[in-house]
Amino acid sequence: MIRHATIERNSILLLVLILIVVAIGGIVQIAPLFYLESTIEKVQGMRPYTPLELAGRNIYVREGCYNCHSQMIRSLRDEVERYGPYSLAAESMYDHPFQWGSKRTGPDLARVGGRYSDEWHVEHLNAPRALVPESVMPGYPFLARTPLKTARIADDLRANRAVGVPYTDEMIETAVMDVRAQADPDADGAEDLRARYPKSQVRDFDRNPAMVSELDALIAYLQMLGTLVDFDVYKPEENLR
Amino acid sequence: MTMSNNHGETTAASYAVGLALALGALLGLFLTARAVEPVMVWHGILFLVFCAGGIFLLIRWHTAGPSALDTGLVYNDAVTRAGVVVSMFWGVVGFLAGLAIALQLAFPVLNFDLPWTNFGRLRPLHTSAVIFAFGGNVLIATSFHVVQRTCRARLAGEIAPWFVLWGYNLFIVIAATGYLFGVTQSREYAEPEWYADLWLTLVWVVYLLVFLGTLWRRREPHIYVANWFYLAFIVTIAMLHIINNLAVPVSWTGTKSYSLFSGVQDALTQWWYGHNAVGFFLTAGFLGIMYYFVPKQAQRPVYSYRLSIIHFWSLIFLYIWAGPHHLHYTALPQWAQTLGMTFSIMLWMPSWGGMINGLMTLSGAWDKLRTDPVLRMLVVSVAFYGMSTFEGPVMSIRAVNSLSHYTDWTIGHVHSGALGWVAFVSFGALYALTPILWRRQRLYSLQLVSAHFWIASIGIVLYITAMWVSGILQGLMWRAYDNLGFLEYSFVETVAAMHPFYVIRAIGGALFVIGALIMAYNLWRTVRGDLRVEVLPVPRPGPAMAPAE
Repeated sequence: MIRHATIERNSILLLVLILIVVAIGGIVQIAPLFYLESTIEKVQGMRPYTPLELAGRNIYVREGCYNCHSQMIRSLRDEVERYGPYSLAAESMYDHPFQWGSKRTGPDLARVGGRYSDEWHVEHLNAPRALVPESVMPGYPFLARTPLKTARIADDLRANRAVGVPYTDEMIETAVMDVRAQADPDADGAEDLRARYPKSQVRDFDRNPAMVSELDALIAYLQMLGTLVDFDVYKPEENLR
Repeated sequence: MTMSNNHGETTAASYAVGLALALGALLGLFLTARAVEPVMVWHGILFLVFCAGGIFLLIRWHTAGPSALDTGLVYNDAVTRAGVVVSMFWGVVGFLAGLAIALQLAFPVLNFDLPWTNFGRLRPLHTSAVIFAFGGNVLIATSFHVVQRTCRARLAGEIAPWFVLWGYNLFIVIAATGYLFGVTQSREYAEPEWYADLWLTLVWVVYLLVFLGTLWRRREPHIYVANWFYLAFIVTIAMLHIINNLAVPVSWTGTKSYSLFSGVQDALTQWWYGHNAVGFFLTAGFLGIMYYFVPKQAQRPVYSYRLSIIHFWSLIFLYIWAGPHHLHYTALPQWAQTLGMTFSIMLWMPSWGGMINGLMTLSGAWDKLRTDPVLRMLVVSVAFYGMSTFEGPVMSIRAVNSLSHYTDWTIGHVHSGALGWVAFVSFGALYALTPILWRRQRLYSLQLVSAHFWIASIGIVLYITAMWVSGILQGLMWRAYDNLGFLEYSFVETVAAMHPFYVIRAIGGALFVIGALIMAYNLWRTVRGDLRVEVLPVPRPGPAMAPAE
């Protein structure tokens, strides 16, 4: 048995012992999540974000929406009734980083897709209290006025591929085109976009045909949240863990 | 060893540092020229200015003699003095940012609907300013002071400690300005992007080397207990920081990156980091402060050496497991949730062991609480530590967490720890340090310390009670059912119910800010060498006291 006086007389021994002691917890808790197959459920329907949705997600991150909105419906009765089926690990498998959040100053958004009309989102993001008088949410009128920067969106897809999101060469090549195809119904390529990204929604999200704005991207992202996995055919008992 | 000798000795090192700074300036210029977005232009310029300023300071340091304050002194107190000043500055900034966002939640019109003033961008500014800018600078300043005094040795390196302090503050400025322009990784308490993280890693390695190097110079056989905690804080934060911030940048001259991990693995990695930012930054580091400044101020030895050993090893072993309690009932596998909960509850024991060790150090000196408001602040901080480390394990229980999670209860819990424990122990340390570092007889005014203590304490009580009520109320409203079996409240009804508590919370925060402003004034007058004419409470004559270790 080593005496503590020995440790406190030797800084390197102290340092090494500290490192060992603080490493154990993380190794036991986190490392298995990468190889236990039961960690992420087997589901149908998950796909990478379309370039427009990804750009919208980056705006969601930029504005710090995660500070007040969770994207994680817990397996509790009231939450499932309020927000829909509890969130699966599989539903955030392409989220770099995750957006589960930790605080609900506003409601959960994991399944906000399709809940409200585009017009509602346009009005609400512009001036939240015009629609919901009790809301404490900031307004984001600048989103509708700001053109979406898309020139480098292919680099974003490439970086996502580097961390494991299955974007194909074709998806990267057509990324800039796909942004326009999704937000502008008059543009070509909507069919190809749907083939590359099943269930992607194509329309002028901000109701402003003059440009593809940051608001287009953010609403496209919000409207697809929680819509990919079909819960009518999902069998939870097959993924018990 | 005197300062002038050191100036001469380190010339070779100075050239190397000067060269590194020149290369750094070129890198800043390169980032500015090739930046793919405006924010990177500004951050490149910031880096350039930092390196140019470093070269200027290096030259001035070689040409000017040491401060008159340090003549004949073995220790490097100049860097600690600078640390005290920036700590106080960032404290006031961070508390004001907190007050601003508290008011935004009570009165949303204060968001002004502009990009750089909305809550989503200001909230990370507040958390980073108080945790990393205020707390981090306090930790750097106090660790530099404590390691020198307890090793009876001068800080290792002459330029390195200054690099640690200013390099760390450059990281703060890059992070804070980045938030305002929407540069964030969206990882709570790890929001700064990849390039700021790389810079912090460099600074942190130098910090570790300065700390270790000073331990190697020690003229005491034993490493004092406060230094164990500081060392664990430095080493563990390095591990957490590097792993949690693994990411692939989109461009080498752009701000955006994508995290290496995704979804559930990313979530647990982040909360392994997040909870241990609490455990090692806000706890282990500040326990180092407690283990030096409480005995010093009370003039009593630490209550129990054995308890210190048990406290230290059990605390650092157990804390690292606690992360999953942030993810109860989520898509994280249940075995991981249960492990997190179990260790969080076990953590109660070392936390209270530490609290007892701190409080019982006052054995035989309790009467000093009557006469010494600085000691009062330190002791109340330890009491708050005990309270919030009891509340934490309770909230980590799955059933309790199902109610408390996502609500203001968490915010209240964090602030009883952050305001009551971290800030108060920091205030105590800064009050104790300032007269020592500027060679003053005493603080400018002890009555102002007392006023600060009471105003801030009332502020904390208002804050945490308001958050308890609003958190538990909202949690209960979310799960309330009516007679027909439907959810009783819409979400926005639960938001409306929060309003009075958000106002009370903002009042509590305002009191805390006022207290900090009083403190800043008091320290400023102390630094100037002023003494307020006051009737000082007379300590009761007691038995002869043994000196603290």
